[in-house]
Amino acid sequence: MKTKVRVKKDLYMSLFAVLLGLIAGAILMAATGNNPFDGFNFLFRGGLMNIERIGNTLATATPLIFAGLSVAFAFKTGLFNIGGAGQMLIGGLCATAIGLTFDWPKPILLMAIIIASLIGGALWAALPGFLKARFNVHEVVATIMMNWIAYWAVFYIIPQYFKGPFLETESQRIPAAASLKVPWLTSLFSGSYINLGIFIAIIFVAIIAFILERTTLGYELKAVGYNRDAAEASGISVNRNIIFSMAIAGALAGLGGATFYVGFASNMQIGVLPNQGFDGIAVALLGANSPWGVFLAALFFGLLHTGKGFMNAMTSIPPEIADTIIATIIYFAATSVLIERNWDKIKKIRLTSLINKRKAEQLEADSGGEQ
Amino acid sequence: MVDLIYQLFPYAIAFTIPLLITSLGGLFSERSGVINIGLEGLMLMGMFVGAFTITRLEMTNPGTAVWIGLLAAVFFGALFALLHAFACVTLNANQVISGIAINMIASAVTVYLARLITGSGNIQIIRGMSRITVPILSEIPILGRLFFTQTYATTWLVLFILAFATFLLYKTRFGLRLRACGEHPHAADSAGVNVYLMRYLAVMISGACAGLGGAAFIVTLSGEFSGTAAGLGFLALAALIFGQWKPWGILAATFFFGFASTIANVSQVIPALSQIPGIYLKTFPYVVTLIALVLSSKSSQAPKAIGEPYDKGKR
Repeated sequence: MKTKVRVKKDLYMSLFAVLLGLIAGAILMAATGNNPFDGFNFLFRGGLMNIERIGNTLATATPLIFAGLSVAFAFKTGLFNIGGAGQMLIGGLCATAIGLTFDWPKPILLMAIIIASLIGGALWAALPGFLKARFNVHEVVATIMMNWIAYWAVFYIIPQYFKGPFLETESQRIPAAASLKVPWLTSLFSGSYINLGIFIAIIFVAIIAFILERTTLGYELKAVGYNRDAAEASGISVNRNIIFSMAIAGALAGLGGATFYVGFASNMQIGVLPNQGFDGIAVALLGANSPWGVFLAALFFGLLHTGKGFMNAMTSIPPEIADTIIATIIYFAATSVLIERNWDKIKKIRLTSLINKRKAEQLEADSGGEQ
Repeated sequence: MVDLIYQLFPYAIAFTIPLLITSLGGLFSERSGVINIGLEGLMLMGMFVGAFTITRLEMTNPGTAVWIGLLAAVFFGALFALLHAFACVTLNANQVISGIAINMIASAVTVYLARLITGSGNIQIIRGMSRITVPILSEIPILGRLFFTQTYATTWLVLFILAFATFLLYKTRFGLRLRACGEHPHAADSAGVNVYLMRYLAVMISGACAGLGGAAFIVTLSGEFSGTAAGLGFLALAALIFGQWKPWGILAATFFFGFASTIANVSQVIPALSQIPGIYLKTFPYVVTLIALVLSSKSSQAPKAIGEPYDKGKR
């Protein structure tokens, strides 16, 4: 019963933030001399118009699901993982390195790629987790630093070891055997970017939901998130759980990187910190940190990102409108505490007035009985 | 080797200055108790406004266009920072999330507008700031050549602002109050300081400084707005932490980072440096910041109330 109320409230909060984001987008379109209705029409049609575009929406959403899960998972332990971008890069680098190095059959190669990206991301995030647990270094700052270390690591490693034939700034294309794209799926969605990543993402959403709701590990992680001291006092090792939580969050982002660099794309560009890492924060906030909420929020953002190209082609609105909407949603999600508090206040006022009414009735009935 | 240092020095200083002023802005915000991860976005806003203003004016008044551009960047940086202040101070929002939102809004909106203006999204200025050699001081042996030849006017402006900011923070009533808001806002409030107002001012100062930093980068080094601040804002944030939230610490840290980045940027073309792998030089600032955080974990100089929304009711 209580969780139902909570879910309903979260849903309203999220829809409210989305509404404000869309309004901000509409204002920006109108202010720059475009018709917002046309803009949104083409934006949504661009993401849903035909089977190919739906496939692209799912493919774009895939890394966002992982990035969002990563942020949401760490958040359950009270940690703020804004290192998703760096963890994605490292996961993608591991995946690309394996895909370009080994000449194995596809199933084995894909298995190796998935495991390598999981481990790469996990290690990249476990270090900030360790620094937090052991030295109380703030994870926000540490993960920002790790993002840029990953950025420069990729910047120098790709040209040195995996340089593409034409450009210094990108890796070679990965062979078909190392790609998460499979022919039957591509032809089912008439040539879209969709790949096995979306199925892996759904599996991981279910796994994370299971870990959080049904296992001791999930219980301990959440206990640390709710109240660190109380958790410590009841025998839960806070430090170990902090490192675990970051490592799992990093593993998710790392796998997300693999689904982006060897699924959606087929090579790695240097000098780009993947936006999905930061969009993941918006996804987690919008999804109220619940795994299935993250899934839905990622689909919505995937839709925006897929539709923006079509909108740009049909109108003169630059594609960055989608990013503006997402950024505005984050801003309002950050400030939603205020809305939430007022919501509670309204509830409380209603409740107290209800209780007072009942009391008055009771009193009346009591006094009536005495007479 | 000596010649090499002479050659690199002007570039290293030119690279340091945008970092220094942005980091200094971050100092104001964080010393008042508001985390500012949005420095990157604020810088980007400064880059956009600076480049846009200069391209509009450089045909008609080529002499003053650069300065008007810098001024506009300062103004719009402060204005944009208001968004962060409103979220963090008035709405008690999570300061980290708000900062991330600032970064994302800046990169989305500036590129959106730049695309409407130029199509490609890049805004190129024709003439940046010209280098000047300081008359008498450049005659000083060694130091004269290192510090006083081929300098930009922005360098001197920023160093002046650094000195002024240090004075402001440590020698005036305003500075004391601002720092009090970051250490113990409730005590400051009970002593009659308007914590909300102080934090608003501090965040707006940080926006103004970061805007200046972004525009300074455009007019000295890059010459164009290209839709990204390329991590400069985060580098400034790292310098703020590595400099332990102190003006002179920041000066040292930014110079350190600026020099390392410059060496990394030119190491490809200069044989003497090509032995040092670029990856070490480029990741160096972030690695040393992590190490500094570990080493200072016992005695962190971070403002005590940083990141906490101030709630008057909890006094």
